[in-house]
Amino acid sequence: MIGEIIDWFTNSANWQGEDGVPTRVLQHLGYVLLSLVIATVIAVPIGLYVGHTGRGGVLLVGSGNVIRALPTLGLVTFLFLLFTDSDIAAIIGLVVLAIPPILAGTYAGLQAVDRSVVDAAEGMGMRGGQRLWQIEVPIALPIVLGGVRNAVLQLVATAAVAAYVGLGGLGRYLLDGLAILDYGEVAAGAILTALLAIVLDLVLATVQRALVPRGVRLAEAGAKKEVSA
Amino acid sequence: MGIEFRGITKKYPDGTVAVDDLNLTIEDGTITVLVGPSGCGKTTSLRMINRMVEPTSGSILLEGEDIRDSDAALLRRGIGYVIQHAGLFPHRTVLSNIATVPLLSGWDKNKAKKRAAELLEVVGLPAEVGKRYPAQLSGGQQQRVGVARALAADSPVLLMDEPFSAVDPVVREGLQDELLRLQSQLGKTIVFVTHDIDEAVRLGDRVAVLRVGGKLAQYGTPAEVLRQPVDDFVAGFVGKDRGYRGLSFLAADDVLVEDVPTVRVGSKPEGSDGWRLAVNDAGEPRGWLAPGSVVDGELVEGELLAGGSLYQQGTPIRGALDAALSSPASLGVVVDADGKAIGVVTARQVLDVIENHPEGVAR
Ligand SMILES: Nc1ncnc2c1ncn2[C@@H]1O[C@H](COP(=O)(O)OP(=O)(O)OP(=O)(O)O)[C@@H](O)[C@H]1O
Ligand SMILES: [Mg+2]
Repeated sequence: MIGEIIDWFTNSANWQGEDGVPTRVLQHLGYVLLSLVIATVIAVPIGLYVGHTGRGGVLLVGSGNVIRALPTLGLVTFLFLLFTDSDIAAIIGLVVLAIPPILAGTYAGLQAVDRSVVDAAEGMGMRGGQRLWQIEVPIALPIVLGGVRNAVLQLVATAAVAAYVGLGGLGRYLLDGLAILDYGEVAAGAILTALLAIVLDLVLATVQRALVPRGVRLAEAGAKKEVSA
Repeated sequence: MGIEFRGITKKYPDGTVAVDDLNLTIEDGTITVLVGPSGCGKTTSLRMINRMVEPTSGSILLEGEDIRDSDAALLRRGIGYVIQHAGLFPHRTVLSNIATVPLLSGWDKNKAKKRAAELLEVVGLPAEVGKRYPAQLSGGQQQRVGVARALAADSPVLLMDEPFSAVDPVVREGLQDELLRLQSQLGKTIVFVTHDIDEAVRLGDRVAVLRVGGKLAQYGTPAEVLRQPVDDFVAGFVGKDRGYRGLSFLAADDVLVEDVPTVRVGSKPEGSDGWRLAVNDAGEPRGWLAPGSVVDGELVEGELLAGGSLYQQGTPIRGALDAALSSPASLGVVVDADGKAIGVVTARQVLDVIENHPEGVAR
């Protein structure tokens, strides 16, 4: 088994052309990023609105759970039958999948902002938008980005499964390998998918470190110390 | 003009009547304390002044103008607001926290930062604290920053909701002193909420006692509330120590300060049969030398009996009584504003003064 995997990775044919690793990785990355961007554009504003105004929180949590309960593969198949285009079907399916974690993260992030901080902001005379962008969003950022990281992990994994409706990307190795019982190729596909997930998560962790304000990180560190003490 | 509550009632959507037909005039340049048990509507009353809560009926006038006529956000920028846990913005440095309202009001950055740095000094914090984040401050320091942030509005009115209740008693006392010092310089109209009657009488020029259900029970000077509570509720709330607390309002100008033999730490005292007060080179009291004690060679501080509390001349008589009662010699040490010992008082003398002022002297 290990030998087969090594053979597969060392075979230069697998690194070139339309079915080569670089192309497949870029394709996979493309699906993930495209659906992530679309999901973010949809979910973040809704999460901010609900979190900021406190209106519709129950509806939001409920519908998030409903979406989470949808079998992604079933959804993608259904969309494929509907649109007869694997790219559109897969992207819509992935977007639907990525919305709940981002929405939940954004909403939970705003909810977690200390009441007295929000109260002070309002009492100082900040208007709604000023309070949201100057106070709530910067403080909520770690949790919001946590939601985004969750979404990315799910997207990377699910985009692989979506090869089933004819999508490109790393899922092809899994499917094509299975079709010809080439377990080296199947394993290689799985390994590459996992690696991509790890790399993307590391990148996002770095982005998070750069974006989250220093004061918020200090406060988090302080809170942890208090809990452990 | 001040702040005027006219027939203010607040009923929350769930039916709770938090404030019931409140009529109250808060005078300019004074500290008015709203005090009462938990849930009696203090916070609700306070927050109606900056429109964080809208009354169900009645109106509030600020400098003669109905506050509903002004834009809520603009009104709030003109009213300082300090809350219990400071509510500092964790992602902003201390200086930018303080500069919040000036920046909202459109000041340029440098001017706002300069003003913030000044205020840091006003509230007694060192300049280097300005660059820190709230998470790097102690609770007491955070409250000071909260006060500085509220002062940055440069408004005549300051609302404070239990600003010192989350810090330990020693720090709290320091913050209270600081507030009184600031107030003597700034002369703001301060509305201060607390459930601690000691804090109320310590800080308030006037005290409004509220009872649960949001009704005003009594409104008057601290001395009035302590000496002539209008009913059992107020009497019970101000507590069984109210007689002793009342001494906080009695000036002690006519207490006779007597001389006391002193010995200097580091000198070689002769024997003597009375109590002797040991002072250092600056004249500050260091402790007592008991009658008949013999010192070999130079007097060192380790040989002294620890002194009691000190009474600073000109402060309320409560301190004089405490000094006398806590002194091993039964002689309360009186010091001047620089901390130099100027004499002693006995409890008997203090009580004589009190008995000659049965009605008390309102401050
Ligand atoms: N938003 C709200 N909705 C419903 N009831 C409220 C709300 N805020 C306060 N109350 C109720 O109104 C009453 C007065 O509350 P308030 O916070 O003004 O009391 P308080 O005197 O400040 O009490 P504490 O000393 O505990 O802070 C309480 O019974 C409280 O439960
Ligand atoms: Mg309260």
